[in-house]
Amino acid sequence: MAPYSGKYAEELQATAKYVATPGKGILAADESTGTIGKRLSSIKVENVEANRQALRELLFTTPGVGEYLSGVILFEETLYQKTSDGKPFVDVMKENGIIPGIKVDKGTIELWGTNGETTTQGFDDLHKRCAAYYNAGARFAKWRAVLKIGALEPTELAIQQNAQGLARYAIICQENGLVPIVEPEILVDGLHSIEKCAEVTEKVLAACYKALNDQNVLLEGTLLKPNMVTPGSDAEKVSPEVVAQYTVRTLQRTVPPAVPGIVFLSGGQSEEEATRNLNAMNALKTTKPWTLSFSFGRALQATVLKTWGGKKENVKAAQDALHVRAKANSEATLGTYGGSSTGEGTESLHVKNYVY
Amino acid sequence: MAAVGMTMSLKSSTALKGDFLGAALKQTVAAPKAANVAFAVRAAGYDEELVKTANSIASKGKGILAMDESNATCGKRLESIGLENTEANRQAYRQLLVTTPGLGDYISGAILFEETLYQSTTDGRTMVDCLNANGIIPGIKVDKGLVPLTGSNNESWCQGLDGLASRTAAYYKQGARFAKWRTVVSIPNGPSELAVTEAAWGLARYASICQDNGLAPIVEPEILLDGDHGIDRTLEVASKVWSKVFYFLAENNVLFEGILLKPSMVTPGAECKERATPEQVAQYTLNMLKRRVPPAVPGIMFLSGGQSEVEATLNLNAMNQSPNPWHVSFSYARALQNSVLKTWKGQPENVEAAQRALLVRAKANSLAQLGKYSAEGEAEEAKQGMFVKGYTY
Repeated sequence: MAPYSGKYAEELQATAKYVATPGKGILAADESTGTIGKRLSSIKVENVEANRQALRELLFTTPGVGEYLSGVILFEETLYQKTSDGKPFVDVMKENGIIPGIKVDKGTIELWGTNGETTTQGFDDLHKRCAAYYNAGARFAKWRAVLKIGALEPTELAIQQNAQGLARYAIICQENGLVPIVEPEILVDGLHSIEKCAEVTEKVLAACYKALNDQNVLLEGTLLKPNMVTPGSDAEKVSPEVVAQYTVRTLQRTVPPAVPGIVFLSGGQSEEEATRNLNAMNALKTTKPWTLSFSFGRALQATVLKTWGGKKENVKAAQDALHVRAKANSEATLGTYGGSSTGEGTESLHVKNYVY
Repeated sequence: MAAVGMTMSLKSSTALKGDFLGAALKQTVAAPKAANVAFAVRAAGYDEELVKTANSIASKGKGILAMDESNATCGKRLESIGLENTEANRQAYRQLLVTTPGLGDYISGAILFEETLYQSTTDGRTMVDCLNANGIIPGIKVDKGLVPLTGSNNESWCQGLDGLASRTAAYYKQGARFAKWRTVVSIPNGPSELAVTEAAWGLARYASICQDNGLAPIVEPEILLDGDHGIDRTLEVASKVWSKVFYFLAENNVLFEGILLKPSMVTPGAECKERATPEQVAQYTLNMLKRRVPPAVPGIMFLSGGQSEVEATLNLNAMNQSPNPWHVSFSYARALQNSVLKTWKGQPENVEAAQRALLVRAKANSLAQLGKYSAEGEAEEAKQGMFVKGYTY
């Protein structure tokens, strides 16, 4: 039961450590073609490759954003795209000290006999695909498993399937030089209390780490992307300090110190909410042997999209908006965020039963 | 489909009572407004005390004196210095230990055997009171020893779950505040999947029951030193064992903030030709622990398992050269008592000298916990290995 120690072992650890640099985090820009279409349609922009490329170019060429981002997760199409003057996106990122990552899962499908619980697909040719992504410049990967809280959920079947899937994906990544981000998202949908969320998150994370251990994954060469521990979307909200206490306690109970960094998903929280919660966690004085940072999609891009509206003349303003949020989240990883001065970014981004 | 597995937090007796299916349909709506996070309802009623006990034991510069030898094992110790195994001699010896002045400067907890928990000194004070007066928390061995595991490769499993709830409640009443259960895993015999699973599950059940009754459980899956395997093999087995242990502890809703671990250090087998330096032992052991032990666990108290007094101290010292996410300390029996026994030899006139010998070893290990120990000036005696092949407790 020795963990992965093949040719990429040193590099995996160095990459994971770098992505987990205090003061930095990840921009999740790996929306599939379908999902990015929803984003674009919300600002009345057509879902064609040129527009997808324009949006991503806007994001990756934001001046100075490399100060706050250690990595960006890409969708496959984007990994091979270039800027309008022909520079590969991966080169743009590398020049700015941003490590390219790649989404490698192929979405979720339902588990028979459950009430809409799912497992994640994507194992076919995963070795080959990871090797190709490494050659194209990716150095980390991401695979999203999804669970939900309900009267009977999550079931043992769903927990085990998703934990095993994450572990299998993780070792295949490591064998091909990609740091796996392990993402067991427990959806925020529901009426449940924060205690219930904590209980479920503990159970899920315990199962995940058991599976990772069984598959001989090198924990020092992984990152964790969990949900924050919060009340359900239909339950009464709590303060960032309470979210912080429950979340950190849950992680203290489940995440071994060998894991260098935890990069939270925002899961429908507003930009400001996600930042404040992250900040409160980093302000907590308690044992935290891993860094606590962000891997935000919507919570980094919402205002950017609205500001851009698909128009070239709005690019600079949109990039400024990204800069503002990236900087805010960077401060949150250090526990020094003081709050939004403009009141922007407070709109909830939750979509019920969100399908990626 | 039956509504099983509804209420996931089952440690509270209030949650267990009453309607099972009815509870399933109730949705909790209100979230707490208080910023203070009470520990989840896991260990019924005792959670705060358990955490306090575990943290007190895991204090800087302190560790545990394991003095819970069963009567038979204590007999071996007494025999080695020419003494008969009588209650009076066992009482005299334990009295020597618990009344050592200033012992509480280095020792935060002492594990007792059942007889000792109910014993008094010759001047009528209880052993428990003597320990408390010294600032040392009394603990109690609750397992009932190892027996052969049917269907395994000549391996053992640990007994003691029957009646454990009432026994632990009685021990708590008598003054114990933490417990210990020692199971073993043998590398030369595999270990088999069965043996590892049984060891881990037994520990998880024991831990859960202890917490229910106010005793902070020390979780001890000892990977025996016996064998000629190298340090890499020990690392493999230790990693597998601890992975299972933590998974089952979680399944049993054990409160991690209220437990302590008692692992063996990751070393080569006793008969392995290649030895390891304290730095290597430290590196292997800490790597393993960082990969397996969540930071919620307050303390890791190593067993000495047959290492010499000095070896056990040097290895502990090497592990404390930089900060760890949990308190890393000792829970030593032979490695604290060997010199004490040899100095005492059963003579009342030697008691003070024997107590001083105990303080010497306790202080050395205290310094090792702080990472400040040096082996200069240690007696030759203290460097003698204490490995006994096929050692039965």
